[in-house]
Amino acid sequence: MTLYDWLLFLHVLAAFAAVAAVVLLSAILAASWRSDGVADAAPFLRMTKLGSRLWDIGGAGTLIFGIWLAVYVEGYELWDGWIVAAFVLWVIAAAAGTRVAVGFRRAFGADAGPGERAGSIRSQRALVVHSVMALAIAALLVVMIYKPGA
Amino acid sequence: MTIALVRPDDWNFPLLLHVAGAMLLVGALVTVAALLLLAWRGDSPRLVRLGFRTLLIAAIPSYVLMRVGAEWINSKENIPDEAAWIGIGYITADAGLLLLLVSTILAGLASRKARREPPGGGRLARIAAVLTLLLVAAYVVAIWAMTAKPS
Repeated sequence: MTLYDWLLFLHVLAAFAAVAAVVLLSAILAASWRSDGVADAAPFLRMTKLGSRLWDIGGAGTLIFGIWLAVYVEGYELWDGWIVAAFVLWVIAAAAGTRVAVGFRRAFGADAGPGERAGSIRSQRALVVHSVMALAIAALLVVMIYKPGA
Repeated sequence: MTIALVRPDDWNFPLLLHVAGAMLLVGALVTVAALLLLAWRGDSPRLVRLGFRTLLIAAIPSYVLMRVGAEWINSKENIPDEAAWIGIGYITADAGLLLLLVSTILAGLASRKARREPPGGGRLARIAAVLTLLLVAAYVVAIWAMTAKPS
């Protein structure tokens, strides 16, 4: 395997981890939304840690190996339009994903009051932030496949 | 140094379907594995039920998307079937479908049993958890094959 093969494999594997985090957190959100309070949702909220880890690894991996690839491959530059668009989408996804993870952690944490815990996941705002995260990841995939302007 | 190659525009949509389907499939399988492993440790019937529903609602449709996209892009690229990476893709996809269906049936039976006679269905859910983990491992190999393209 060449260095390019390794970089591409690790970049794509990290992207799979990020999407896995989105799917896992969506499943927790859907299950928690239908639960009767935080105690009822506790079994699902136990998966929050795995979702956060996958999100961290996926986010860091796509960025590090993506930049490495852009520098390594002749014909790509970091300031290409599609790469800049990917950076912007990555920042949006990372910001939304971090907020989603914080919301779940607060819901599962012992330091928050019951009202705050329920509100941190079962609110319109939480749903909007979660949707922004998922849409940003979907848009990132579209940009990576179509590479507009490349 | 590797030189960037740009694929024809009409390959992009089938490739997008294939990759999106594969990503959602792996995401769904990771979620199901986590749910069933948690259920294994704490035998909560609701975790098994959510695992079953995730297989049914997310994993199977994602598999279809991945597989349809794969055939579509393959028909455009005209890659010889003897290419090792295509072979790995077909083996993991076809054997994976069998394991996916068996896992779904086992998780469904476990969920049903747990609802009728709680906390039953533990053994079935455990087998489904192991099969799902095997599937995740197989698809990591497939991701390697699709990206490194061993000849």
